[in-house]
Amino acid sequence: MTDGSRHLYRVLLVAIFALAGPVSASAEVIQVKVSGFAFNPAQVVAHVGDTIQWVNGDFLAHTATARDGKWDVSLPAGKSGALVVKKAGAIDYYCRYHPNMVGRIDVVRGKAR
Amino acid sequence: MFFVKKGVLLTALLVASAGAVAQNAKPTDPQIAHIAYTAGEIDIKAAEQALKISKNKDVHAFANDMVRDHTAVNQKALALVKKLKVTPENNGTSKALLKQADEEHAKLAKLSGAAFDKAYAENEVAYHKTVNGALQNTLIPSATNSELKDLLSTGLKVFQGHEQHAENLVEKMK
Repeated sequence: MTDGSRHLYRVLLVAIFALAGPVSASAEVIQVKVSGFAFNPAQVVAHVGDTIQWVNGDFLAHTATARDGKWDVSLPAGKSGALVVKKAGAIDYYCRYHPNMVGRIDVVRGKAR
Repeated sequence: MFFVKKGVLLTALLVASAGAVAQNAKPTDPQIAHIAYTAGEIDIKAAEQALKISKNKDVHAFANDMVRDHTAVNQKALALVKKLKVTPENNGTSKALLKQADEEHAKLAKLSGAAFDKAYAENEVAYHKTVNGALQNTLIPSATNSELKDLLSTGLKVFQGHEQHAENLVEKMK
C-alpha cells in the first residue's frame, strides 16, 4: 500500500463510521428561515445533538449570534449557516448587524424522535 | 456639555429636514428614489470618515456594517429604477439632507479619539431616526409603484436595525 492509498483508506473508514454514527441517525436538522429581516420561526425546540440551520434569503448579510457571546454564525446574503446544539437550555440569539432581529432555541435533553 | 448641545443642535437640524420631507406634500416616485438613494450614500460617506478617523474596533465594525448594508440596498434601488425605467430626480429634500450631512462631516472632521467616536455614534442614532421617520411617514405612503414601496419597506426594516445597532454603540461609548 502506498502512502497515498493508505491515506485514502483511512479517509474512507472515517467516512463510513461518520455515516453509521449514532448521532447522525437520530439528530435532526432544524431549519430557520432568515428573510424579511426576521428569523422564522423565531423560536424553535431542538434536542441535544440537533443542527440548527439558518437559511438567509435576504439580500443582506446577517448573523445568528448567541446573546451570551458563545457562538456567532455568519450568514452571508443568500447563504446558509449551521450550528450543532450541544447542551440543554434556552439560548437567546440575535443578528449583530440588525439587533432588532431576535430568536430563541430551546434545547431539550434526550432523543424524542 | 459641548456634546449634549451639539446633539440637540443636530437633532434640530435633522428634524427640520424631516419637516422638509413632510412639506413636499407628496414626493413623486423619481424624487422618492433620489431621496432614499441619497440617504444611503450619506451614511456610507459618514462610515468612510469613521473608518479613517476612528481607532475604536466597535466603531470600525459598525461603520463596516453600514457600508456593506447601505451599498447592498442602494444597488437594489439602482437595479429597481433601471427596471422601472425611472430616472431619480434631485429635489429639495435630497439637497437639504446633503447640505446637513456636509456640515456634520466638517464638524466631525475636527474631532478625534473618543470625542469623535461618541459624536459619530450619536449622529448615527439621530440620522437613522430621521430617515426612518421620513420613510415611515412620507416616503412609503407616497410611493405609488408597489415594487418601490416594497423596497422602501425593506429599507425601513434594515435602517431600524441600524438605529438599534447605533444605540448599542452609543451605550458602549459610555
